[in-house]
Amino acid sequence: MKIFVCIKQVPDTETKIKIGPDASSIDTNGIKWVINPYDEYAIEEAVKYREANAGTQVFALSVGPNKRVSESLRTALAMGADEGIVVNAPENIDSYSTARALAEVIKAEGGADLIFTGKLAIDDNASSVSQMVAEFLGMPHATVVSKFSMSPEGVTVERDIEGGAKEVLGLKAPAVVGANKGLNTPRYASLPGIMKAKKKILKEIEFASLNIPATDTKVKYTQLSLPAEKPAVKMIAGDSSAQVAELVKLLRDEAKVL
Amino acid sequence: MSKVFVFAEHKNGALKRGAMELLQAAAKSGNTVVGMAVGTGADKAAAEMGHHGATEVHILKDASLDAYNSELYAAAVASVLEKVQPQILLASATSTGRDLFPRIAARMKTGIASDCTELNISGDNVTAKKPMYSGKAFANVAFENSPLKIVLMRANQLPVAAADGSKTATVIEQTLAKPDLKTLVKEIVKGTSEKLDLTEANIIVSGGRGLKEAGNFKLLNDLADVLGATVGASRAVVDAGWVSHGMQVGQTGKTVAPTLYIAVGVSGAIQHLAGMSGSKVIVAINNDPNAPIFQKATYGIVGDLFDVVPKLTEEFKKVLKH
Ligand SMILES: Cc1cc2nc3c(=O)[nH]c(=O)nc-3n(C[C@@H](O)[C@H](O)[C@H](O)COP(=O)(O)OP(=O)(O)OC[C@H]3O[C@@H](n4cnc5c(N)ncnc54)[C@H](O)[C@@H]3O)c2cc1C
Ligand SMILES: Cc1cc2nc3c(=O)[nH]c(=O)nc-3n(C[C@H](O)[C@H](O)[C@H](O)COP(=O)(O)OP(=O)(O)OC[C@H]3O[C@@H](n4cnc5c(N)ncnc54)[C@H](O)[C@@H]3O)c2cc1C
Repeated sequence: MKIFVCIKQVPDTETKIKIGPDASSIDTNGIKWVINPYDEYAIEEAVKYREANAGTQVFALSVGPNKRVSESLRTALAMGADEGIVVNAPENIDSYSTARALAEVIKAEGGADLIFTGKLAIDDNASSVSQMVAEFLGMPHATVVSKFSMSPEGVTVERDIEGGAKEVLGLKAPAVVGANKGLNTPRYASLPGIMKAKKKILKEIEFASLNIPATDTKVKYTQLSLPAEKPAVKMIAGDSSAQVAELVKLLRDEAKVL
Repeated sequence: MSKVFVFAEHKNGALKRGAMELLQAAAKSGNTVVGMAVGTGADKAAAEMGHHGATEVHILKDASLDAYNSELYAAAVASVLEKVQPQILLASATSTGRDLFPRIAARMKTGIASDCTELNISGDNVTAKKPMYSGKAFANVAFENSPLKIVLMRANQLPVAAADGSKTATVIEQTLAKPDLKTLVKEIVKGTSEKLDLTEANIIVSGGRGLKEAGNFKLLNDLADVLGATVGASRAVVDAGWVSHGMQVGQTGKTVAPTLYIAVGVSGAIQHLAGMSGSKVIVAINNDPNAPIFQKATYGIVGDLFDVVPKLTEEFKKVLKH
């Protein structure tokens, strides 16, 4: 059984964002790159499954600039993935081309019995890639998944929907599953894990070799900008009764949100 | 004239606010507005959609569409899109919208702009603006090589005027050709709250570790009831098991965009701010004047939440009655 885990490398949340001179990218100097937090749940779930089911192989797969993306793949290998595949691609290609690349590589590797992704990437909050990969490979999908099990009958997942409600789905394998927080507790890469990871295969594939037509780029981000400065906070003085009365007045008359 | 297609979500026929926003924005653009609604109550929703600017609405009343199933919905929407051939598709970035439309985009070999907060339609051209890095930057999104331009908008970003009952839409009933499904919805476990989901809520009252224990969330529930708000929480209290993680706001919780966000006993860690900094007006109540939440807040009250919140609830009760 072959499980593929798609991981995206994103700037750490604490990173200060500076816009690049072309205004369609950011200044990547000094950025600390991490594995998209949701993708850690995806890796953990795949590795857990492999540990419980002999004969399973876990492939970690990432599309992006080879140099930095490989680092995250090494981390995934140290967490227990068996093999890494990096698709060396320019910065920030769109979700469509990313998903096409992932689907093409998975096909070329002989297909998947199961694919894990994160529910979304925290840098641009798109939550698109999993569903697109599923569509390109003709598989069912479930996103925002916080419980997963697999049996010969197929995959059962619980996904979080609106208002705290949950949905239990059965999916025929092969399927794409997008991990949410709550699915598991991702392990840290241990020192022995890190040592072992150094010997594991990390295959490189050039995006250009995948023959994805230029017309598969569907969306362009331009004119990146920083948010407008927020006016300074208005601190409300007085005892609590006075504060409360003043706040309600401001919300009604000044902010007009009531 | 171009056709703008609006996929409208509703609850038993009552349109969600996001759907009204999209219909009105589409109508304002001067294009033809074609709507779609599915499931029980779709006919009632269709009538309402007319009042908000749709001239034609396609409905699928099949009760199998009452519960969202990605494959079934994808087939239903794609089949209607093939008939209508719109240039632009608008939907809300809800749980359903975010799950469904990327799949549709892949099927239609077209582009999608997700999680947008601004929308500009001019003829068949559309651009959108979206937050990135949890609101630390914004990008303009433009389409290319996209026969259909799909935009998913966050709720509460666009104005809604009152419905115009004199306007009506032609309703076209479609039938569903059921594909061979690989996805089965086995069960839906209802949430504890009947309130709007955090991602759609117009007002959110959010609590953090300052509340001291689970039982004290009652203070927030009371405040929320008066305001018609949804209650959210920080990760610290979710991890402590006080509330369910569907209530978590932040980087590893939900991204919210209400008009009013009241943060009670929340320190304002960067990962929490990541989920709520898109709120229009932020009120912070905290006994520590140096809490980072005050740097993001519009209005700040330094005080003991156990003293302030009950008084605030009473004050809102008084004012909102009139
Ligand atoms: C500065 C900047 C500029 C950008 N410019 C553009 C632009 O011009 N046009 C545009 O459309 N987009 C642009 N993007 C967004 C862009 O990076 C993508 O949309 C993208 O790489 C696909 O990821 P996503 O955020 O849509 O992933 P999501 O759909 O949110 O991610 C869901 C899951 O898919 C998987 N996944 C996502 N991406 C990858 C990947 N690269 N490798 C492996 N798995 C992955 C992960 O498991 C992830 O958890 C830009 C982003 C940045 C930061
Ligand atoms: C990878 C990662 C992801 C994360 N994701 C999230 C996320 O999605 N969402 C999130 O919220 N956090 C997230 N966090 C956690 C975040 O860093 C903080 O730990 C968390 O937000 C703190 O929660 P808090 O503000 O409730 O608690 P605290 O930081 O303990 O703050 C409690 C506040 O209450 C105030 N207070 C105490 N008593 C009173 C009183 N009587 N009256 C008034 N005020 C009082 C205190 O002054 C303090 O400011 C994440 C962290 C990591 C590392």
